[in-house]
Amino acid sequence: MKTVKEKKKGTDSKKTIKISGAEAIIHCLLAEGVETMYGYPGGAIMPVYDELYKFQDKLTHILTRHEQGATHAAQGYARVSGKVGVAIATSGPGATNLVTGLADAQIDSTPMVCITGQVTRQLLGTDAFQETDIIGISTPVTKWNYQITEASEIPEVMAKAFYIAKSGRPGPVLVDITKNAQIDAFDFAYEKCTAVRSYKPVPKPKMSAIEAAADLINSAKKPFIVWGQGVILGQAEQELKDLVEKAGIPAAWTIMGASALDTAHPLNVGMVGMHGNYGPNLMTNECDLLIAIGMRFDDRVTGRLEDYAKQAKVIHFEIDPAEINKNVHADVAVLGNSKDTLGLLLPLIKENKHEAWHNGFKEKYKIEFDTIIKNDIHPTKAGLTMGEVIEEINLASNNKAVIVSDVGQHQMIACRYAKFSQSKSNITSGGLGTMGFALPAAIGAKMGAMDREVVAIIGDGGYQMTIQELGVIFQHKVPVKIVVLNNEHLGMVRQWQELFFEKRYASTVMVNPDFVKIAEGYSIEAKRISERKDLKSTIQEMMASKEPYFLEVKVEQEDNVFPMIPSGASVSEVRLK
Amino acid sequence: MENKWFTISVYSENNVGLLNRISGIFLKRHINIESLNVSKSEIDDVSKFTIVAHTTEKWVHNIVGQIEKQIEVIKAYYHTDDETIYQESALFKIASGLLFDERQIQNIIKDNNAQIVTVSRDFFVIAKSGRRNEIDEMHDQLKPYGIMQFVRSGRISVTKDEMKISAILKEF
Repeated sequence: MKTVKEKKKGTDSKKTIKISGAEAIIHCLLAEGVETMYGYPGGAIMPVYDELYKFQDKLTHILTRHEQGATHAAQGYARVSGKVGVAIATSGPGATNLVTGLADAQIDSTPMVCITGQVTRQLLGTDAFQETDIIGISTPVTKWNYQITEASEIPEVMAKAFYIAKSGRPGPVLVDITKNAQIDAFDFAYEKCTAVRSYKPVPKPKMSAIEAAADLINSAKKPFIVWGQGVILGQAEQELKDLVEKAGIPAAWTIMGASALDTAHPLNVGMVGMHGNYGPNLMTNECDLLIAIGMRFDDRVTGRLEDYAKQAKVIHFEIDPAEINKNVHADVAVLGNSKDTLGLLLPLIKENKHEAWHNGFKEKYKIEFDTIIKNDIHPTKAGLTMGEVIEEINLASNNKAVIVSDVGQHQMIACRYAKFSQSKSNITSGGLGTMGFALPAAIGAKMGAMDREVVAIIGDGGYQMTIQELGVIFQHKVPVKIVVLNNEHLGMVRQWQELFFEKRYASTVMVNPDFVKIAEGYSIEAKRISERKDLKSTIQEMMASKEPYFLEVKVEQEDNVFPMIPSGASVSEVRLK
Repeated sequence: MENKWFTISVYSENNVGLLNRISGIFLKRHINIESLNVSKSEIDDVSKFTIVAHTTEKWVHNIVGQIEKQIEVIKAYYHTDDETIYQESALFKIASGLLFDERQIQNIIKDNNAQIVTVSRDFFVIAKSGRRNEIDEMHDQLKPYGIMQFVRSGRISVTKDEMKISAILKEF
């Protein structure tokens, strides 16, 4: 790889061994601390699988039932553990099936390395069997990708792949390896990558920006923090908590930032965005200082940009310079890793309280509680609500579970009502909104945090997009808890049809199979409930189980998720009904 | 915000696939690349892309941020036309007979400060460098006599102010 230029030290003294490219790949993975990987074999990747067979005591390979499942499992693993998730697939359709997971990991900044087999070098460009241009296809959805055509490139490229995936703002990397490069022998030596000349993963914090931020924070009357996943990725949970407490600032989160600060913390005022809490959305347009930490002002967070926090000064703490002024103008941009920048900021912050301002959030919460939350989590109507199911899971897990949600109404309800007492506990497809994410992601999450309880919350639609991954749960006895909130609809689309398409319910009624029988077919203990009297005891039973457990809850078919900021509306136009 | 002409300069490693990565950033935003030139730069082993786009400053800022984020990109800049010295090059292939039969052609070459690059029995080739409108004018003047082939390069440009890329590279 003559064009990659890196700082190297003492490469001459490296000890080499003569091995095949395929074996070298395994050694690279082991050197990077990989213990578990997810994948699916096929022709062009068989030499690597042959080595995986030999190394199965050192490296666990989980055969997912579809390559998409491998990527989401790798994502779930990465998101709970903070380590790089690894997925592997063959060329052609194996590789193209990774694309959704790559796109998901790209937009949600998840560190992942995907390895694909490729036809042998001599066949490139000949439309060979299972040849596809996965480099071309994956370019827009990867942080970096590279095609290896010679075995000797393997160690340097693999080291670079892991370094790029996990450093700075993390993201997915794809390494495509032609079959000849897997087969050929070469002198192998491995050295971890520590720098790439053209890549600056973490901007150096500027004290002038930090001082400017501190001045604004110290003089603000109505400051408001909105944090995102950057706090979790930067491991800045403690610094965030210290800032919130020292300056007495109400703080809200994006769904990607959920769980970085204890839900029960008095200054944690909830979630922003389309289905976020009433107060945080309204107060965005009331505050005099908006302090954005590790978030990227997604349109689902901001609503109509022209009416987003126009009255406020904005401080943006961010690791990625390209995010500054992308959607929202920053009066002060503080570049750097959130742990570093918040750490430097804290000594400059004066102790403060903003009680009257904070009380405004409490008043808004009371309005939201009385009109929405009460009915969601303590309903009096006959049918079960999604919210009360989440509340029972909170109670049964003592707010300690990892909640993995899919995409749709149940996701918004899970994010709104799940209570978290520990970081890295809310695993969901935030940016891409990938239905089918949760079941495989929950498998990865469990394997990445075996000591934690992992509960997948899935709708009846998304569940059937990756339902085949029950095979992994069955085969490996992965003790995840699967809760399908079945409203017999594609609920979120149905909600939009009701509100914005004059109730023309095009293709949103789901005619579902017997989910319990399907789970039982995989020897997974399974139950279905449809009445409130069975809810608490069944969830307690599920949480007490040491085995995989499937629970289908028949919920109200036509419930809607509120509050809601209609698409294209301002955060001030958040609707309670 | 109004659309303006911007010249984007990208300093990068010379890697397979980087052009695809950069052009994809324009594609994703539905913005056309009006001209593209890739060459070596003033720094050894560093390539330079010169890209011209007609868009708003907000978008060009966004695009340059995304380009610079690519692993193999060292630094990217954008400039307006009045911040740069820029030109394009063009080649005109004309039937040889015309050079002798049409006296005006020699005047066109002289008036436009163009050069005759080669003359053969069948055709001759004129090279012209300059602003897009100057090349277009010469094209219009030659067109009535018949142009056998015409090609114009992408824009190349240097900035009036220092680009400071060398200082950045020294930090590596």
